[in-house]
Amino acid sequence: MIKIEKRNDLSRSIYFLTPILAIFLTLIGGGIIFYILGFNPIEALKFFFITPISDLYGLSELLVKATPLCLIAIGLSFCFKSNNWNIGAEGQLIFGGIVGGGVALLFYNHDGFYILPIIILSGAIGGMLFAMIPAILKTYFNTNEILVSLMLVYVAKLLLDYLVVGPWSNPEGFNFPETRQFSESARMPILFDGLRIHAGIFITLITVFLSWLILYKTYLGFQIKVSGLSLKTAKYAGFKGKTMIIIVFMISGACAGLAGVGEITGPIGQLHRNISPDYGFTAIIVAFLGRLNPVGIIFASLIVALTYLGAETAQIFLQVPKYTGQVFQGMILFFLLGSDYLLFFKIKFLGLKKNEH
Amino acid sequence: MSIDLNFIGILIGAIMASSVPLILAASGELITERSGVLNLGVEGMMIIGAISGFALMVVTDNLFFAVVGSMLSGLIISLIFGLLTQSLLTNHVATGLALTIFGIGMSAMIGKNFVGIPGKEFPLLFINLKESIPFLGPIFFGHSIILYFAFGLPFMTNYFLKKTKTGLIIRAVGDSPTSASNQGINVTLVRYSCILYGGAMCGLAGAYLSLIYTPQWIENMTGGRGWIALALVVFATWSPIKVLIGALIFGGITILQLHMQAIGLRIPVQLLSALPYIMTIIVLVVISRDSRKIKLNTPTSLGQIFYKEK
Repeated sequence: MIKIEKRNDLSRSIYFLTPILAIFLTLIGGGIIFYILGFNPIEALKFFFITPISDLYGLSELLVKATPLCLIAIGLSFCFKSNNWNIGAEGQLIFGGIVGGGVALLFYNHDGFYILPIIILSGAIGGMLFAMIPAILKTYFNTNEILVSLMLVYVAKLLLDYLVVGPWSNPEGFNFPETRQFSESARMPILFDGLRIHAGIFITLITVFLSWLILYKTYLGFQIKVSGLSLKTAKYAGFKGKTMIIIVFMISGACAGLAGVGEITGPIGQLHRNISPDYGFTAIIVAFLGRLNPVGIIFASLIVALTYLGAETAQIFLQVPKYTGQVFQGMILFFLLGSDYLLFFKIKFLGLKKNEH
Repeated sequence: MSIDLNFIGILIGAIMASSVPLILAASGELITERSGVLNLGVEGMMIIGAISGFALMVVTDNLFFAVVGSMLSGLIISLIFGLLTQSLLTNHVATGLALTIFGIGMSAMIGKNFVGIPGKEFPLLFINLKESIPFLGPIFFGHSIILYFAFGLPFMTNYFLKKTKTGLIIRAVGDSPTSASNQGINVTLVRYSCILYGGAMCGLAGAYLSLIYTPQWIENMTGGRGWIALALVVFATWSPIKVLIGALIFGGITILQLHMQAIGLRIPVQLLSALPYIMTIIVLVVISRDSRKIKLNTPTSLGQIFYKEK
């Protein structure tokens, strides 16, 4: 017989072990899906998770993908920790990319060390402003931030589409839906010759450190955590709820905007229709998988980045669509949420006649 | 003059058709939310319904199987959501998001072999009446059976929630699961049923898109309609009749912007395409501004996890 009992205390080890369990279960689930599709599951999983990172180029690609994912997820962790559901990071990324890209296009025939910092800063501000729309509507008009932030994703995508097809399209580009190439001074420095890994990774790492500082060492971080645990307590303690909501949205918008700017000045080098393969949505999974913890998010971003690479490799070798990556991402989140059950409940196998304690 | 009137009739008919997926999905989600469950996976369930309906149509060459199959697959995928939120007590918002991401990925994976296959003609009812009666003909006749069902659904839902015992139980579970449970109602079972019903309706909404509205399979073909349906439920302050009105307004905006694109007005196409999303935000702001009204109508336990100590 199995007996289920409520836990009285939260076990920290289980808290950080369940993500690993979730990944393990996802591998099993993925193997089953590959089997149904008619592949040898072990072979397919090898193509998916090992082949992509078995050389230096692959490892660099892993970091290229993890850089924006980690950055966005860090920003989202501020929102999620305080129970603000910003799920429009994709829109904030695109809008940051638009603003940063616009500045980069202004300087397309200029050179100078000052250009890149201006672009990065304007991208962050762009993302931040875009995230303030749902925040302000939530605080002053009581509007559901989930729906507003999501609707704005579609708006940002259409705006980008309008710009690259219309006013910003490359005058010498034969009507391709893309802008001019940015100048060399507007590009993120490449770290190693022949690889795509770029200086954006330092922005991510600095942001991780800063967010740790804010979350665990400042009064604001304390407010965020308390509001997440209990809104009533936060109100009772006299925290300014509205200001805090706007601040967490600004932080996560700025992070998403930075990620957008990192993409267009890093691997892409111009604006076109698809500047992000849904990094903004996938980062939600990264944030949860990393337990909203800065260090956890670093590891989670690497694992989820691998699903992107794996999907690309599997597309080439197994001819499965690249969306397989999304299936894996959805499964990770399902299993992660499901295994949280172990956090709150003990499962006891009564047949074993074990004594408690 | 009669030609103009007939054109308006056709326009209204088109608006009705484009509001069908919204009515179906929002009515389903409304029942789910009335039981206290917030399922943000509408978009994912719709897209799964769209691909499975289309795939079954191609494979079985039978539209009845396709429609029923799409509802079943919507139901099955919502069962994942039910298992997680009801039995494993997971967070509704996060689980719903996972369902959407999973659904979009899964649909593209299944749909890979169905891209570019032409759809089958779906039988439309009373075609001769549509053509013989000006103005009223195109409004009331020449639609698919699903459209007639969709337009009856809000009224049936309203009756069901207000006048039947089961409806009362669902509302009780949504407003106060603890007292409902103390009355001997199996809260988890009620919520499971409402989740599954919502899933089936979202599946049907998806099938309407891939079988009737634009009879083909395109990746991501729901294009945010699931999210607009979610917004509609808030807009309607959880009342089924207002869902119908809201869906018609959004259908109207969609058709209007398509016509403006066709006329070739000097407005960027992208701005017109963005209109439904921008309107959703504006409408939400207008409705939600009155926080008392929203609080009064929101199912009290919406999105909260219910756990009964055994």
